[in-house]
Amino acid sequence: MNEANPFGGGVGTSIARPDIREKLTGRARYIADLSRPDMLHAAIVQSPVAHARIKGYETTAARAVPGVAAVLTGEDFPDGRMGAFIKDEHAIAKGKVRYLGEPVAVVAAESEAIARHAARLIEVDLEELPPVLTPEEALKEDSPAIHEGLEDYIKVFPAICNGNVASETEIGEGDVEAAWAGCDVVVEDEYETAPQAHLSIEPCGALAEIDEAGRVTLWSANQSVFRVQANVCESLKLPMSKLRCLTPKIGAGFGNKMEPHVQPLVVQLAIATGRPVKLILNRVEDFETVRHRHPFKIRCKTGATKDGTLVAREVEVLLDGGAYGDDSPGVLGYSLLMARGPYRIPNARCHGRLVYTNKMRFGAFRGFGNPQVAFAGETQIDEIAEKLGMDPLELRLKNMLRPGDRWFGGGEVASNGLAECAAQARRAARWGEAATDRSPGTVRRGRGIAFAAHISGLLGTGAIVRLLEDGSVVLNTGAVDIGQGSDTVLTQICASALKVPVEQVALASPDTDGSPYNWGTTASRVTYTTGRSVVAAAKKVEDAIKSHAGEILECAPHDLELRDGGKVGVKGVPDKEVSFIDVSLRAHWAAGGPIVANDSWVFNQPSVDPKRAVARGLPFPQIGVYSFGCVIADVAVDTVTGKAEVTEAWSAMDVGRAINPASVEGQIEGGFVQGMGFALMEELVWDGPRLVNPSMMDYKAPTFRDTPYALHSIIVEEPEPDGPFGAKGVGEIGLVPVPAAIANAIRNAVGIRPRKLPMTPERNLRSMLEADDAA
Amino acid sequence: MSGLSVAMTVNGQDRSLDVPVTQTLLETLRDQLALTGAKRGCNQGVCGACTVMVDGKPVRGCLSLTVNCDGAEVTTVEGLADGGALSGIQQAMADTNAVQCGFCTPGMLVSAFAFLREAKTPSVEEIQYALSGNLCRCSGYRKIIDAVQLAADRSAEVSS
Repeated sequence: MNEANPFGGGVGTSIARPDIREKLTGRARYIADLSRPDMLHAAIVQSPVAHARIKGYETTAARAVPGVAAVLTGEDFPDGRMGAFIKDEHAIAKGKVRYLGEPVAVVAAESEAIARHAARLIEVDLEELPPVLTPEEALKEDSPAIHEGLEDYIKVFPAICNGNVASETEIGEGDVEAAWAGCDVVVEDEYETAPQAHLSIEPCGALAEIDEAGRVTLWSANQSVFRVQANVCESLKLPMSKLRCLTPKIGAGFGNKMEPHVQPLVVQLAIATGRPVKLILNRVEDFETVRHRHPFKIRCKTGATKDGTLVAREVEVLLDGGAYGDDSPGVLGYSLLMARGPYRIPNARCHGRLVYTNKMRFGAFRGFGNPQVAFAGETQIDEIAEKLGMDPLELRLKNMLRPGDRWFGGGEVASNGLAECAAQARRAARWGEAATDRSPGTVRRGRGIAFAAHISGLLGTGAIVRLLEDGSVVLNTGAVDIGQGSDTVLTQICASALKVPVEQVALASPDTDGSPYNWGTTASRVTYTTGRSVVAAAKKVEDAIKSHAGEILECAPHDLELRDGGKVGVKGVPDKEVSFIDVSLRAHWAAGGPIVANDSWVFNQPSVDPKRAVARGLPFPQIGVYSFGCVIADVAVDTVTGKAEVTEAWSAMDVGRAINPASVEGQIEGGFVQGMGFALMEELVWDGPRLVNPSMMDYKAPTFRDTPYALHSIIVEEPEPDGPFGAKGVGEIGLVPVPAAIANAIRNAVGIRPRKLPMTPERNLRSMLEADDAA
Repeated sequence: MSGLSVAMTVNGQDRSLDVPVTQTLLETLRDQLALTGAKRGCNQGVCGACTVMVDGKPVRGCLSLTVNCDGAEVTTVEGLADGGALSGIQQAMADTNAVQCGFCTPGMLVSAFAFLREAKTPSVEEIQYALSGNLCRCSGYRKIIDAVQLAADRSAEVSS
């Protein structure tokens, strides 16, 4: 809860977000709420088949509908290709369709109803090809090629690709083959995780407007105005200087708004019509065309000596990437980097393949492959504990990475609060005291645990801090607040760095024309990477302020200190001070020029140390800064229905420093519940080429009644040495260990060992019945 | 498309409109009256982001036809604050940090506002039941429950 004054404080206080009144009164404007004078509305036409060559289009009837301004098909789009890792995707299907539901044409009209009506009149002449619907089919030698031009596509990393394999990655340390012989206990199994929908309550959409000079302004639901700009310009072959990207409020992202959806379509329509064009996907279209979490198939093998020392782990993953690469090579590589878990396992080899199939693309989703491999890895830690008769928490504590230990591959870990997370979760949950319920009745109770780690250092970012004439401050970072609260956190960091009240700091809305580059609100990275830039830019402003103040007060700048409330004074002389106003007026009107400072950097810590590890096909050569966490979950399983429910949970997360503790709790709680949905109920289902549950009616996600109120967030602060005020990321880690903790709790409750997500009543019941039969 | 004339009170203002018989209340509010607070999340009555009150009862804007609201009193999220003063549940949502992306918030607020008129000291279970038709993907729900209880507590303090 807040302090009495909602705008009281800087770093470490739970102030309300700066736009809270906008969001509470219905005035916050999201993409669907925007309009421009003379605006057209657009609708998409989707492919009825999964894999086909496009022979032609019949658009006459659609064009004849009164109120239709433009009909564009693949033939009307430039031959540019976009993609975060592999440039394999046109703005719209061109020459070929690669999944059922893929946009093949787009209509702009005077109203959405007219556009949708006209869209239904468009026919596409398709020559069907055999669809490739599973990764196993895609790997067959005689499998039809989904991307015939794969070898010639531009890739931004050393991609290993062949046939329908879009990417292959391997990371290894030690000698796994030799290590098995030294193990007293080895567990090996296969695991499977279902595709999960992000289900942001806001569907995707975009609005583009063109000026007389042909320059386009684009608003869209996004997680990075700069990724929007890059994707649109690559696919439409536009110079980046011809496209300005802005952001309205974002109705959450979780990864599905990081890379493109309909932005290139509205830009091309705006260019074709000369008028503003808005396109908002309906829920079904959003489900069918944007992106989802990758289904993983995982083979995992872990070995230990009888005293419980982990010795070796081998992980093999197979990812269904869908029709386009999108963020998938990153997800593959990152999942492998995480697959050893936060443990000292001297011998580990993690290898995986990402394959194209004729399904919609899969891409970034909170956790980025980590929750999937954590489900397998953390299940196996419990299995080893069980075989050795050890407490699963004790086994984890014995093997966990300790301060100073490096990550898998050799990357440096500067701060590690895992032991403290485990200690606090253990204490809060009274680990070891809760007896497993074996009372009569149909409900069995159990408890499970899992550890996790996740990065927050990745790629480029910047900040510009300006001092206005009256001494107030404008911060400009280009980081899009997707609802998680980065606007609040970055404002607090800036205010604390300059010792001014938060209400004296205005935050510029991201704008590709005026903001410094920010790769995006993704990878749990904004607080750490952008916060660091804010601190660095603020420091330059502080130096400039002191330089001016030194002139005014006739002293050396190093004798000066910032004082609370926008003042600078001589150390040890309380009454000798000037305000930021005096300084800024001098800078604006007399000497030196207005004070503005910027900082820009790219995360540059190597992911892999070649002296320790081998790596092939690595998508992220520079990644790091690790947050750690421990989740304990209590479940109740109904032995009649098989339904598992989480009754209480503890989530302890090491975030370095909680800039805004209530917002950190919000990330931990929200991450837990999204992870719980992934664990227990959420599953996108395909029947052949068709996604059969593309609606909120048929896709089940947690509601109030599925969610325990007793969800305890525990914030652990192990400062990251170069983080802003010690902070590191928290956006994703809270989700990562949840499926594994729940699976281990179900094991504890009813004796089954879940190896497939989600752990639905039907799957649990079947496993229980099979166990009964076996007994 | 044939239209019908409809007279309703929206957030205390009398409105007379000609609307197609197929137009939903959500479309009327958003497209004709520029009240974009209520959101279109699923357009099939599941997510609750379009919740508004019709004669004091929370309804799905996306499933309600405007022509059925003739003579009704409609309240949207824009009508919850009294001038510049936030209603109890709005202030409580701010104080418990229950708002993240804010897209579910308008519907959540309206459902909670209507619920709090009936329930003076709601339990966690009662809140979970009452709000179970409003999905939130960001918060994990706990802070929203805290907000509803805080608003109820404050309201009880004022009236006692």
